[in-house]
Amino acid sequence: MNRSAMSKLTPTPGQTVGPFFGYALPYAKDRELLPPGSPGSIRLQGTVYDGAGHPIPDAILEIWQADADGNVAHETGSLVRDGYTFTGFGRTAVGNTGTFTFTTVNPGPTEAGAAPFIAVAVFARGLMNRLFTRVYLPEDEAALSQDRLLGSLDAERRRTLIARRDPDGGLSWDIRLQGEGETVFLDFSDAEGPST
Amino acid sequence: MPEEINLEIFNADPITEDLANQTTEAAGKLHAPLDAAAESQADLSAEMKAIGEAYARALKDGAPAEIQPRLDYGPYRSSVLRHPTKSLHHADPETIELYSPAFGHMDVHALESDLTIAHNGEPLGERIIVSGRVLDGDGRPVAGQLVEIWQANSAGRYIHKRDQHPAPIDPNFTGVGRCITGPDGTYSFTTIKPGAYPWKNHLNAWRPAHIHFSLFGSEFTQRIITQMYFPGDQLFPLDPIYQSIVDQDARDRLVASYNHEQTKPEWAMAYNWDIVLTGSKRTWTENEALGAGGDENE
Repeated sequence: MNRSAMSKLTPTPGQTVGPFFGYALPYAKDRELLPPGSPGSIRLQGTVYDGAGHPIPDAILEIWQADADGNVAHETGSLVRDGYTFTGFGRTAVGNTGTFTFTTVNPGPTEAGAAPFIAVAVFARGLMNRLFTRVYLPEDEAALSQDRLLGSLDAERRRTLIARRDPDGGLSWDIRLQGEGETVFLDFSDAEGPST
Repeated sequence: MPEEINLEIFNADPITEDLANQTTEAAGKLHAPLDAAAESQADLSAEMKAIGEAYARALKDGAPAEIQPRLDYGPYRSSVLRHPTKSLHHADPETIELYSPAFGHMDVHALESDLTIAHNGEPLGERIIVSGRVLDGDGRPVAGQLVEIWQANSAGRYIHKRDQHPAPIDPNFTGVGRCITGPDGTYSFTTIKPGAYPWKNHLNAWRPAHIHFSLFGSEFTQRIITQMYFPGDQLFPLDPIYQSIVDQDARDRLVASYNHEQTKPEWAMAYNWDIVLTGSKRTWTENEALGAGGDENE
């Protein structure tokens, strides 16, 4: 279906998150989709870089993902974690060195044969509007090779969306806003508008 | 109850550190000499004008109207190294992207929508009510979803260690609020009208008064963070962040309207601002899990 055909209202524009979100958007255990060290938990870590290759100290990231079995959570409680309920949502402001860490699980495939990925939204001072991207698990090469989005990218760009598996079982994945190795950012809009 | 909420806000990430640091950290830098090398407003205004004129010509030649800010907008200097140089890659949302995280009353207390009661005393400044609806591209209400706001106080000062503007901190105002939209997509905050404040993009750069808004829809693809402005602000033509949206109609969508009908006598002036998320065609039934499908208290 053409998603634009039915739209009647023009969306409100985004604006930069600015520099002063640090007392507003972060919350207790925001980056812990489950408690660190709990069974099945992994670390998703990385660094956000600018076009000069410098870490960005004032970005804030959100992740949204299925659980280990590929189920999409419909549970509330992301802002006030009870330590047991997997809500699928996490948020973290990066540190002074641009690094971030989430505690989460490897998402399962949401459909048989689908390549599991985590949806990511990126916000930063100096970034005029949020950016969407994905981070894929590296293992299931058959599924990765069948993935529609990955299949539409050349090898170099495709690489920016696939995490590395760390020796401790975690995932490492960096975000480069600009320049060499620039992360693939996604436009979910229709042909109607230029950029979202 | 307000005290309880207050604690929660203050325990959230760096605020304790912020409060501890800001006096000493700011003191040494407040009266630093103005940077003679800084660009002037005239330089910046000329750049913005040229971009605006080029856009007007493109429109005239049949280019589509731009409805979002430009990611590559040079007059906002911090964007220069922080915008992707490759076009965004078109993708159809899949699986998880077609859903949104669920938030509810477990996450947000009803009192968090009143930013004037988080402390023991009344904050200084103009008390205002900001309300409106969150809608999808079909005009359908986004019910039972999270709205977060943050803002400067009436003097134009944020409670944040990076804010070194020598304007007073108001001990009775933190400037953070949250609510869950009602069944009809409505939100409402009681707050204080924020002041304009200077920033260092160029010499004599001032941000128009604004409130930051963070919104979720029924799909993750609708996630948006933006800023709401107040009508008639003289700083609009001078501000590279506002002007990064090159289309006047699109910029206007960020400006609230004053509503005298909703203004409460002897209490607070009212502003309305509706937010339209990018078009979603899915009906979000998950919020039935909330029981009431939204926040009737709003």
